[in-house]
Amino acid sequence: MADGKEKSIDKATVELIDKAQREDISTVFSRADTLKPCPIGVEESCCKICSMGPCRMPRSRKGEGTRRVGVCGATVDTVVARNFARKVAAGSAAHSDHAREVVITFLKTARGESQGFSIKDEIKLLEVALDFGINIEKRDVKDIAIELGEKALNEFGKQSGELIYAGKAPLRRQEIWRKLGVLPRGIDREIVEVMHRTHMGVDQDYRHILQQAARAAIADGWGGSMISTELQDIMFGTPVPVLGSINLGVLKEDHVNVVVHGHEPLLPEMLVAASRDPGIRELTEKVGAKGVNLAGMCCSANEILMRHGIPCAGNFLQQELALVTGAVELMTVDVQCQMQGLASVAECFHTKLITTSDRAMIEGAEHVEFHPEQGLDIAKRILAMAIENYPNRRHAVYIPAESQDMVAGFSHETITYLLGGLFRASYRPLNDNIANGRIRGVAGVVGCNNVRTQHDAAHLAMIRELIRNDVLVLTTGCSAMACGKAGLLTPEAAHLHAGGGLAEVCEAIGIPPVLHLGSCVDNSRILIAATAMVKEGGLGDDLSDLPAAGAAPEWMSEKAISIGQYFVASGIFTVFGTTWPTLGSENVTEHLFREYEDMYKGMWAFEQDPVKAAGLMIAHIDKKRKALGIDKGRERVLFDMAMRRAME
Amino acid sequence: MSKIIASAAIRGARRIFAQAEAKYREALEKYGPDQEIGFPNTAYYLPIIYSMTGTAVSKVKDMERVLDMCRRLIPPPVRESVPLPYLAPALDAGMATFFAEEMIEAVRYLEEPDRYAADSEEVTEGTMWLGAANDVIFRKRGVEFVDGTAPGFAAIAGAAPDAATAAKIALELQEKNLYVFMVGQNDGKRFAEQLVEAGVQIGWPTRLVPFGPDIQQAVFAIGFACRVAMAFGGVRPGDFRRNLIYNKDRTYAFVLALGDVTDEWYANAAGAINWGFPTIADTPIPQVLPTGICTYEHVVSNIAHDQIVQKAVEVRGLKVQVAKVPIPVSYGPAFEGERVRGEDIYLEMGGGRTTAVELTTSKNMEEVEDGRIEVIGPDVPDVEAGSRLHFAMVAEVAGRNFQEDFEPILERQNHHLINQAQGVMHIGQRDIAWIRISRQAVERGFTLKDIGRIIHAKYHQDFGAIFDKVQVKIYTDEAKVREVLDVARAAYAHRDARIEGMTDESTETFYSCILCQSFAPSHVCVISPERTGLCGAYNWLDCRAAYEINPEGPNQPIQKGAVIDERYGQFRGCNEYIRKASRQKVENVSLYSLMVDPMTTCGCCECIAAILPMCNAIMTVDRDFTDMTPCGMKFTSLAGSVGGGAQVPGFLGHSKYNITQKKFLSGDGGLLRIAWMPKRLKDEVYERLKKRGEELGYPDLPDMIADETVAKTEDEVLEYITQKGHPCLGMEDLL
Repeated sequence: MADGKEKSIDKATVELIDKAQREDISTVFSRADTLKPCPIGVEESCCKICSMGPCRMPRSRKGEGTRRVGVCGATVDTVVARNFARKVAAGSAAHSDHAREVVITFLKTARGESQGFSIKDEIKLLEVALDFGINIEKRDVKDIAIELGEKALNEFGKQSGELIYAGKAPLRRQEIWRKLGVLPRGIDREIVEVMHRTHMGVDQDYRHILQQAARAAIADGWGGSMISTELQDIMFGTPVPVLGSINLGVLKEDHVNVVVHGHEPLLPEMLVAASRDPGIRELTEKVGAKGVNLAGMCCSANEILMRHGIPCAGNFLQQELALVTGAVELMTVDVQCQMQGLASVAECFHTKLITTSDRAMIEGAEHVEFHPEQGLDIAKRILAMAIENYPNRRHAVYIPAESQDMVAGFSHETITYLLGGLFRASYRPLNDNIANGRIRGVAGVVGCNNVRTQHDAAHLAMIRELIRNDVLVLTTGCSAMACGKAGLLTPEAAHLHAGGGLAEVCEAIGIPPVLHLGSCVDNSRILIAATAMVKEGGLGDDLSDLPAAGAAPEWMSEKAISIGQYFVASGIFTVFGTTWPTLGSENVTEHLFREYEDMYKGMWAFEQDPVKAAGLMIAHIDKKRKALGIDKGRERVLFDMAMRRAME
Repeated sequence: MSKIIASAAIRGARRIFAQAEAKYREALEKYGPDQEIGFPNTAYYLPIIYSMTGTAVSKVKDMERVLDMCRRLIPPPVRESVPLPYLAPALDAGMATFFAEEMIEAVRYLEEPDRYAADSEEVTEGTMWLGAANDVIFRKRGVEFVDGTAPGFAAIAGAAPDAATAAKIALELQEKNLYVFMVGQNDGKRFAEQLVEAGVQIGWPTRLVPFGPDIQQAVFAIGFACRVAMAFGGVRPGDFRRNLIYNKDRTYAFVLALGDVTDEWYANAAGAINWGFPTIADTPIPQVLPTGICTYEHVVSNIAHDQIVQKAVEVRGLKVQVAKVPIPVSYGPAFEGERVRGEDIYLEMGGGRTTAVELTTSKNMEEVEDGRIEVIGPDVPDVEAGSRLHFAMVAEVAGRNFQEDFEPILERQNHHLINQAQGVMHIGQRDIAWIRISRQAVERGFTLKDIGRIIHAKYHQDFGAIFDKVQVKIYTDEAKVREVLDVARAAYAHRDARIEGMTDESTETFYSCILCQSFAPSHVCVISPERTGLCGAYNWLDCRAAYEINPEGPNQPIQKGAVIDERYGQFRGCNEYIRKASRQKVENVSLYSLMVDPMTTCGCCECIAAILPMCNAIMTVDRDFTDMTPCGMKFTSLAGSVGGGAQVPGFLGHSKYNITQKKFLSGDGGLLRIAWMPKRLKDEVYERLKKRGEELGYPDLPDMIADETVAKTEDEVLEYITQKGHPCLGMEDLL
């Protein structure tokens, strides 16, 4: 078995991989050594949608000889497109089902039926209500919230018309969507339609299949994900910059360690509230612990970090390793990205693994189902379970020393504020410094970890390359956490890693060169921020005009494909690393990588080398700068009275 | 904002806030919560607080709310490592600093009423610090911002290393037409004191304004900018965003930090950035070069004194057109207000003791040799210091495009043009001109020939499009002067008769004036022969000449078109023009009414007329009258409600001259509706008022019009005019 150092770039992770190996604990890292990816599946040239197959249609090593078709005659293009579309549908479903849960909790909160939840950001409530066309004049906040909840819920099951939030996109973008027939009607409908169209014997034109994939993806980015972010902000507060810390070193030996893993912030919010309860404090003292130490994992971590500064234990590939420390009394999981392997790691220690969502159970885990009606009580019960488990530690605890401070909590709203203060809040300074070239462009680097590539390495290599070239990076999800661990989410990183222009701007504002925008549903914040840049003016009139690009260098989940697809469909050039799921069909790849540029003004690319991938992004940014006419230095304009008169 | 600057600004803000809190508590204890408080003679309360938050601080207790706002605005100190973003919090802290300083100053006005020379434009015997500009000074000076004669201001904090450097910086700023607002001290030295030491005249007239000895008085500069936006830009109190962006785009101000930059200075500099006013320092403090909140850089440092003005102008993004006039002294509008008195006078001409007359007249092309300047009789080198001479100047102009009507327009410029020379004072015009030349100017070599050079150079610069050649003859020999005087008087009479005879009906073309749109973007003046510009500076002929000079400029011909309403003076062409030029803010305009679609005002108007409903009459007040008027509003409040391009029926801005023009308010009953005006204004227009009254059949009209000596309230006006039998009482109902 290989050395931990090849598996991860992160020291704490390496230490715990080695510890697991020494103690013969099976983790994602050890399993990956023994289980190689299927060579046909990796290119998606295999069809399993009917029982006449599976039909395997690998590319010929000697070049294309015969036309590759399944027994029904489906071409490899159809097969690859169907597989791709189904990934998009699954990803969109994941984000949107998360969103649905948020909306339901929001409605219960508005109606006073939930426990522990409230409307924390009334201003945002009013803003979002206006976006939804709700009359807010002389109305009670509660009424507005109920109407908003109902309207938001309606977005999922709506059968016709247009998604309300799509109206937030720049007008030019909406026109493109209408022209291409991809403006979503309702969130669920688009996902269902993908499943139908990709059933045996339905849609068998790869371009047409991928059109619906775009529609389902837009329903995620400009639908489910966006609704989720916005309503979470209203309920839990819109994030503002906070100081946090990250990496497995945030676990504390003398505390009751509770790791909150998963994606939905509902229970985590309640756990934060419950951890401050005097009753819980008393219980903790009884077992001789110094307190309850909540730590996040994956996107649940991002949510409570963004709003409360709760420390992050780590990202996706560190989930099992957190338990390998032997210091975790309890880990809660809800939905998405939680490995079943957790159960067997937990068994090696005293750790309790608790599933909390009615949609997700794990064999061997205890199930404590979360319901917003008893939100706070359930949270307290879970903390009590953890505290009771503290005396059961039976192994020597090993917590790596690594813990890094970081600044998180950037949202569209706070970016506006940070650029000009309360009185002059706007995107103008950002646009200005892009136009004058101090900032070359903006990149959204997001997505997962993937055990098939060195943990965190691709994220960091790409992001360092981008910021070195004066590209401001917006990040979310596991990518954000990789940056946090590497110290890129500190203002000091600007001097150390960023190019002169970007560093100067960061120094002026007091921000890191990489901005943590939240969890993976919060990629919608990137769309909103990009739209705000367009609306501020001077950088074109569509998202595709911006000197911007997106990437997920270590992606692994279907959600990442959905995110990528909605970035691309929104006009943003997007590069993925690790592996690419359409390599089985040259036509499909050609369609996504090139034809999309004419259609959506944004397209996909695949590049395993993160530095080369960054190069592609920078080249695209430069192309856009040239198109905007901001590729050359501009002369200083001095204003006389006549020019002032001509101003609007 | 660099971390060092933000940290310092936040520290400074916290300290200044603590002072404000202490001052508030003292005032509360000493004077009680209901004690009136504020800056003298202003309708804008504490102007920064008022413009940013809409809160009118008029009593001690009102400050409590503002202090609360400050508490919310001032952030915690910046962390040393892994700091949270600090730019925005520092800008907020800077804003809170200004709020706090305004309150400190307000309490100071209460505690030390003699600290500042209230209502004075110049240094007094008691104090050299002028404090907050009252509304009369503010409006008078504000107009210069609006019409472009002053593109902005430099707020100087601290002091230069020595008096000579200070004088040099001040002169350079004056040459760029900028106002200079001086506050604070550096190492015990103050810029304003240095100027006095160097023998420079300071005060509003020379644009070198000593606001106060401490950094806190920076609020008088920022407050001035806030008032410009409210008075001329039509920005409502509390609309902070528009006010700030208005100032960023239109008021070309910047801070010159001379000397050690303290935490308190940083706090003020951070505050100024909210307005788009950058800081340029002579010390090596950190720089903030990325753009966005200001037009260009935010903080630029370590600039040498001989480059600092040029650098500041560039950083602020200001294009200054500097007049090049070949004379041995500095030249520009900043020198207009300078006085030459007593021992300083080397040579005096006119002013009652000798004759001084100026005439601009047209000649044939072959009669004029361009640039020829003759002095006939003794010139400066021929006389002793303290002498007097007679003076007659004839400017002879020729050109294919020159018209007789342009003669008075050029001639009227002589006052400004000559007065703008440093060390030369010019008052009056025509045969009541009065010129003084100072010793300093003579020491630099100034002679009467230079007056001719000014006329030649400036006529060409400003009016080059309407003539080709000009020569100047200056006579100081008494007999020759008398000859010229006779010729000139005949010319004046001829011109006056011609202007008097012009009517609106006699022309199809009116002119627009949108000069003030640089500050009042929706205001449009329509100028006809019988309705001169509300600022008093432009009549129909001026506009016509201005259009000839610059066909793309702010004065455009308007074909008045079909008459829509004869009584109120509405014309199709005027309405169409005004809609477009006001960017759809104003639909229709009446030239002769304050009741129906009155013309808007930028805020530069000499007078404001307002209805007196009980009297069935109209009153008017000029901007020099600071007391309460019978309509229940002072001039400044009236200007606040009609300024900035708002169309408010019942109120109208107009010029003094317009009062006696035939079309004045003719739709509402004309001059006979006027029931009240300030005594001084009445005296000023008395002759013409009397004449016009006679024409209208009321030879006693001036006496029938009440003034503040007989009526202060509307009731008293009614009583007075009833007693006098004022014609308005018998006119149709105004409402």
